[in-house]
Parts: sequence; C-alpha cells; structure tokens
Amino acid sequence: MALNEVIRRNQPRFGAERSGLLQQARLAGPMPWVIAIMVALTVMAAAAGLALSNVASSASRAISGGLTVQVIEAQPAERDRQAEVAVALLRNRNDVAEVRRVPDAELDRLIEPWLGEEAGTADEAIPIPALLDVRLRGPVTESKLEELRAALTASVPAAAVDAQSSWLGPVFHAIHSLQWLAIGLVMLLAGTSAAAVWLAARSALGSNRDTIEIVHLLGGTDRQIARIFQRSIAVDALIGGVVGLLLGLIAIFLLGSQFAALGSGMVAGGALGVVDWATIGAVPLIGVAIAMFTARLTVLGALRRML
Amino acid sequence: MSGLEGSIVQFDNVGLRYGTEREVLSDVSFTLYPGSFYFLTGASGAGKTSLLKLLYLAQRPSRGMIRMFGSDVITLPRKALPAFRRRIGTVFQDFRLVPHLSAFDNVALPLRVSCVAESDIVKPVADMLDWVGLGHRADARPATLSGGEQQRVAIARAVIARPEILVADEPTGNVDADMALKLLRLFEALNRLGTTIMVATHDVHLLKKVPDSLIMRLDKGRLADPTGALRYPPRRPTHIGGVRG
Repeated sequence: MALNEVIRRNQPRFGAERSGLLQQARLAGPMPWVIAIMVALTVMAAAAGLALSNVASSASRAISGGLTVQVIEAQPAERDRQAEVAVALLRNRNDVAEVRRVPDAELDRLIEPWLGEEAGTADEAIPIPALLDVRLRGPVTESKLEELRAALTASVPAAAVDAQSSWLGPVFHAIHSLQWLAIGLVMLLAGTSAAAVWLAARSALGSNRDTIEIVHLLGGTDRQIARIFQRSIAVDALIGGVVGLLLGLIAIFLLGSQFAALGSGMVAGGALGVVDWATIGAVPLIGVAIAMFTARLTVLGALRRML
Repeated sequence: MSGLEGSIVQFDNVGLRYGTEREVLSDVSFTLYPGSFYFLTGASGAGKTSLLKLLYLAQRPSRGMIRMFGSDVITLPRKALPAFRRRIGTVFQDFRLVPHLSAFDNVALPLRVSCVAESDIVKPVADMLDWVGLGHRADARPATLSGGEQQRVAIARAVIARPEILVADEPTGNVDADMALKLLRLFEALNRLGTTIMVATHDVHLLKKVPDSLIMRLDKGRLADPTGALRYPPRRPTHIGGVRG
C-alpha cells in the first residue's frame, strides 16, 4: 500500500498511543497527590456512610418487632400481679412471638448508674415499673400498638405499651443525618476532584499550547488531542487513586479496630460487607472516570476556541 | 470559470486584519494549480507569513473567498479542517518543532496524526532523516540541534506525509548554500511528484534556482502583479506571465 493511501486512513488512535506528546511531571507534579488526598477522603467518607447505613439497618432489624410493656404501679404486689396477668395475656396471642419479663436484678443494673445501688429494692425505694420485653411476629405498627393497648387495658390498667423503635427514633434520625452528611461529603469531594482536574487540564493546556497548535496544524483533531490529555490525566488519577485508596483503607482499619474495641452491639452492626468493600474499591475507578470526563470536556472546550 | 478548473487553491479578494488593526492583506486574488512551483517574495512586513497562514489554515480571512481542494474553506465547519490540513505540509519560519520529542518523533508526527501504523512509519522517517543529512541525529532533541539542523527536521516533517500542497516560510533561512540547494532539489522532487509548492523567501538567488517556478510578490499586503497574470480569474500556470525565476 502506498504511503499516501496509508495516511488517508481514518482511525484516530493517535491520542491513545502518543501521550508522550505532553510534558508530564507525574509524581513530581501535584496532580496525583491532589487526587490521592481526594480519594482517601472519599474512601473514608464512603466507608463511614456505609457503616452508618449498616448500623441503622442492623438496629432497625433488631427492634422492628419489639415493644416494651411497662406496668407502672407503686404497690409492688399489685405491680407483680398485673405483670403476671400481662405476660399471660400476651402469651396467649397469636401475633406475639415471645414475652419476657425483665428480671428485677437486670432492672437494678440498668438504673444503677443513675439512681445508685438498691434504688429499687430498699424500703424507701423509688418504685420501678415492671418491664416486659415483647417480640411480635410482624412489624410494630400504630394500629397493632392500639390493639395491644386495648387488649391490656381491662386486665392491666397500669400497663403502658411502647414500640421499641420509638425509643431509638432520635438515634435513627441522627444516623440518617450522618449518612446524608457522608453522601454530601462524597459529592463535594467528587466536585472538588473534578475542579482540581479542570485546573490541571487547563494548566497542562497552557504549558503545552505550542505542541497542541503544532498537532492542530498538522491535522490533529480535537478528539485526538483530547484523548492525549484524557490518557495523561487518567494515568495521574490512577496513580493518585491507588495511593488514596491505600491511605483510606489504612484509616478505615485503624478506626474500625478502635470502634471494634468498644464492644458495643450497635457498633458491631456497622461492619462492612463484601458489597461495601466493592463500593469502596470502586472509588478510585470512579475518580479516574470523573477525571477523564472532566479533562475531555475541559480540553474540548478550550480547543473549540482555536481555529 | 473554465480558467479555474483543476485549481487547487483559489483566493478571491481576500483581506485579513488582526483585531481592529488595518488590513495586513488586502484584495488578494490568485489561483494555484496542482503541480506548480511558486515563490512568494516581498519585503519584511509585506504580509508573506499572513498569506501563508491562510494557506495552511491557521487563520481565517476577514473577507473574501478562499477555495482549497474544491471546497470553500471559509464556510467549512471547524471539524472538517483537520482533514484539509493533513493535505498541506508546512515549514514554519520558526520551525515549531516539539521541544521534548526527538528529531525522529518530530518528523513522524504528521504520519502519527494521520494514524499510520508504527510499522509503516519507521523506514520512511529514517529515510527522510537520512535524506536531509540527519540520520545520525534521529534521537536528538531540537534544543541540541543547530538552527540549520532544526530547519531540516522541520522540512522533513513537512514533506514526510507527501502533502498535496507544501507551504514553506523562509525554509532556507538558516542553512548554508549547499543545504539550501539540496532542500530546493527536495522541493522540486516533490513538485515533480505532483505536489504544489509555495515557498516564501527573501532570497532572490533562490528564485533563479528553480527555472520553472512562478513568482508572486507581496507589497504592503497587496499582491503585486506587474504582468496581470495573477489577476482574477487567472490563466493556467503554463500561460501565467508571472515573473519567471
């Protein structure tokens, strides 16, 4: 095939293969490090958001069918009688899976931090309600609560029935707020990364302006030139992404081990699963995609201003 | 319009101004035919480089009409320009080599832009570098080359892809007389292969070296045309009464 015929072929792979056209600083330049920091922060924010989501789901599952019956009666004998009646009534219901009266010793332990030792057992003790921990077969709905209240009122007038989820409502709200904060942080960091890439691409455009003009005048297309920048930025973003992922993972493991040491059941529910780790592992790849897309838009926008 | 049939470039009342300055080119009309060899002369500031910029599509005119390869390049969409530029080889006055690429890679650039496979690039580029006497400097960066060597690399880059038009701005300005003659022979060889050559030069001695060339002279942005040969519509090159070199 004659050379003239060969050069008329139109498969613009030039950009993908000739990124050496640009002068690049790589690790000596700021770009990979900026991206590394962004990715590390994004990984941490994403991990926090996912862990909080897991905490909320696990706690929600744990208490979804739970309700508490308090028998609020000052006379200990009457309190015990009504509690026994309530237990018997609830056990006879088909929609109740489990009823457990919380033992007095356990109650004492629960209130001890606030009321001191033997607060509920001494002669002049503060009357402590009898507590029944009830687990329903289905979820606790408002109508179910009303139904149980109605069933208990006649025989157990001192009974107060509450869904356990209502106690933890403020905690769930706080967790959801933190989740939104984590999502907001991830979005902000993605935006900041895109802005950093935009600045880097503009800077690279400026410093390589002569080369770009030459390639343009030799017949290079905008797409070819954009591809050169895309590839260059992608390499920077990939290097930065891997470094950032490692930094983020180190931080997650350190924080994770600190939280694990708390030994709290709620915190244990925040452990990350396979899908969570896959999501975190995808952060650098998403970062590379954002960087390439931003670089492409920036370069094409700038090239359009040239003839 | 039969006189324009087969023309490769056609300028009609072209004017060019930068910003709000006065026109650097005014009422320029001429036609170039395939396979012709033209010299563009004129004093410094006459508008030679501006005219060449219009020819190698680095600039759009402020007014007038330009047709190249049968198309109106003024109304041509921007994305169509690269395909046209690939048909034009350019030797810039300031060489415009890519400073961080070797001589080899600089010469290979037009082929790579045109997506030629690497296996089809090595030999033509090496042969071209040998031809301009720089085979031994293939790996050298422009900064390590002399002015003359850089100019030869620039010329090799301009002709490597066998353009249909070669536009050269003072291509022999930094080379000795022997090399200047050799480069002219290269241009003539390309010209014999059908490439239309346009060389802007101050060097009046150069004009005499190519007997079959036609001379266009710019004076203060206007095309001086003492014989009337370049007046629109022009006649075919064999009849152009342009000043013979």
